[in-house]
Amino acid sequence: MTEPLLAARGISKRYGHVTALDGAELTVNAGEICALIGDNGAGKSTLVKILSGVERPDSGTIELEGEPVTISTPTEAQDRGIATVFQDLALAPDLTPTENFFLGREVMQKGLGRVFRFTDKKKMQKEAAKEFADLGITLRSAGVSVGSLSGGQKQSVAIARAAKWADKVIILDEPTAALGVVQTDRVLRLVRRVADRGLGVILVTHNMSHVVDIADSVQVLRLGRRVATFGKGESSVESLVAAMTSDTNISKEAS
Amino acid sequence: MRLTDESPKAVVPEAAEQSLSERWRERLGGGWILLLLVVLLAVFTILRPAQFATPFNLSTLATDAAILLVVAIGQAFVIMTAGIDLSVGSVLVFSSVTSALTMLALSGESTATYGQTDASWGVIAIGLVVAVVSGLAWGLINGLLVSRTRIPALIVTLGTMGMALGAAQVITNGQDVRGIPALLVTWVGSGQLAGIPVLILVAVVVAVVAAVALNKTRFGTWTLATGSNEEAARRSGVKVRAQLLKVYALSGALAGLAGMMAIARFSTTTIGGHTQDNLATISAVVLGGTSLFGGVGTILGTVIGVFIPVILLNGFIILGIPPFWQTIAMGAVLVVAVYIDQMKRKKKTLS
Repeated sequence: MTEPLLAARGISKRYGHVTALDGAELTVNAGEICALIGDNGAGKSTLVKILSGVERPDSGTIELEGEPVTISTPTEAQDRGIATVFQDLALAPDLTPTENFFLGREVMQKGLGRVFRFTDKKKMQKEAAKEFADLGITLRSAGVSVGSLSGGQKQSVAIARAAKWADKVIILDEPTAALGVVQTDRVLRLVRRVADRGLGVILVTHNMSHVVDIADSVQVLRLGRRVATFGKGESSVESLVAAMTSDTNISKEAS
Repeated sequence: MRLTDESPKAVVPEAAEQSLSERWRERLGGGWILLLLVVLLAVFTILRPAQFATPFNLSTLATDAAILLVVAIGQAFVIMTAGIDLSVGSVLVFSSVTSALTMLALSGESTATYGQTDASWGVIAIGLVVAVVSGLAWGLINGLLVSRTRIPALIVTLGTMGMALGAAQVITNGQDVRGIPALLVTWVGSGQLAGIPVLILVAVVVAVVAAVALNKTRFGTWTLATGSNEEAARRSGVKVRAQLLKVYALSGALAGLAGMMAIARFSTTTIGGHTQDNLATISAVVLGGTSLFGGVGTILGTVIGVFIPVILLNGFIILGIPPFWQTIAMGAVLVVAVYIDQMKRKKKTLS
């Protein structure tokens, strides 16, 4: 067994008297979709915030490719190759998919001086179009604003963007919430393609049937701890629900 | 690349897909405002061809619009970030006062409160720098407060609006400075270059540079991104605070430049004459299709938005309609403009 790509070990986080995480564990391998599930208040979003640098853990370690690392700011997370797609904070609705794709990392033309440099729109359009096509994202026209796209398309643009700029792990927070059946299917297929590129994907979701269908491993959080992990094909909706709600730890927990 | 799924459908490349008219419509914020401008020009031309459509009248009209346009362009960038700058008129006044007093002092006639001075071009250049730097300073104050504190831009700039005008009045004791360099008034204020008034040329240069900056540079993209979704922009790596600071500084600096243009044109500072500039520029920007909610805007639209009230006033005067009607017409047009903006927003969020 090789080193996991990303491993969180013994992560604890308290907010005043509330214990959000109590020694939580999470491991993700390259090229795999790891579903992170748990009931409301189980600590999923706190763990995601810690891994994406928005919050700092009180204790515990994070290892990236076997090396212990600190992730104290979102920028640091990005520099380490970890990108997060939060539910609704990902895109600027008035900009085009291309502009969003390159936002903050615009491709500049060369040789026009330092202060007043032009962005290379053609190159960015080409690259974005290629990237969208490679990932199987179809847009009516890449020239319209993101705000006029469907929910699934928006989510796809956000995921494509994260996949482009992260070279290790992408974290998706409820990417299929509020999507229709067809769109959900498209987004999940996109997630699979992203994982096939060799990225580790952490998929936070409520939807058990997605998890059973698509995840390579499922890790269940309850009351701030990991109470169960399932490999591919080992989980069923019933077993997941049982793990999320029952009082006893399930014996399949990985060591 | 390992793709196991069916081959993906190609993405339509954007430049080719958008027709020319579509792109223009986008640039003009829906196009209806351009239509309004054309209709106004046509109506006044048909009704009074001998008076309205003359080169002299049109050039007077454009000169009237030039100073306001320079201020409105700064305002446009601010509004694109979903902010607002109420201080522009006061900053214009403050800058014109500091500039006029500097030029007066350097011309060696510091006692001359009336009449023009014989200050050299060198002195005028220093005056220009003083005007722009004065405006820039107020812009930086606005930008720092807006980006670093949680005070809304409306309140920050309402505060600096009072402070800048008050400071100008304190410095001058409320008396306009009339000792303006004759060269400035003759060659810039009422001068022409190749038959085009210099003030118009200045405004055109500012507008062209602004349009290029908005459409072709990272500064432009980041301005719109900040206004569209500040948090998303921040998470994408846009330096939102620095961007806001730059945008408000730009607005201040342009108000300073406009202050210099104003003393050139009127041969005096105009301390009491700019209390409406903020609202005039805001309505011009909004008329031009820039959204008050940020994220969307064009410079060409802003130019048209500046011209509409000027043309209305000019046309009404020529037609013998009491000019007070212009204010009423402008108010109505502004409400309609914001209504259209809201409808567009609603359509967007519903889809």
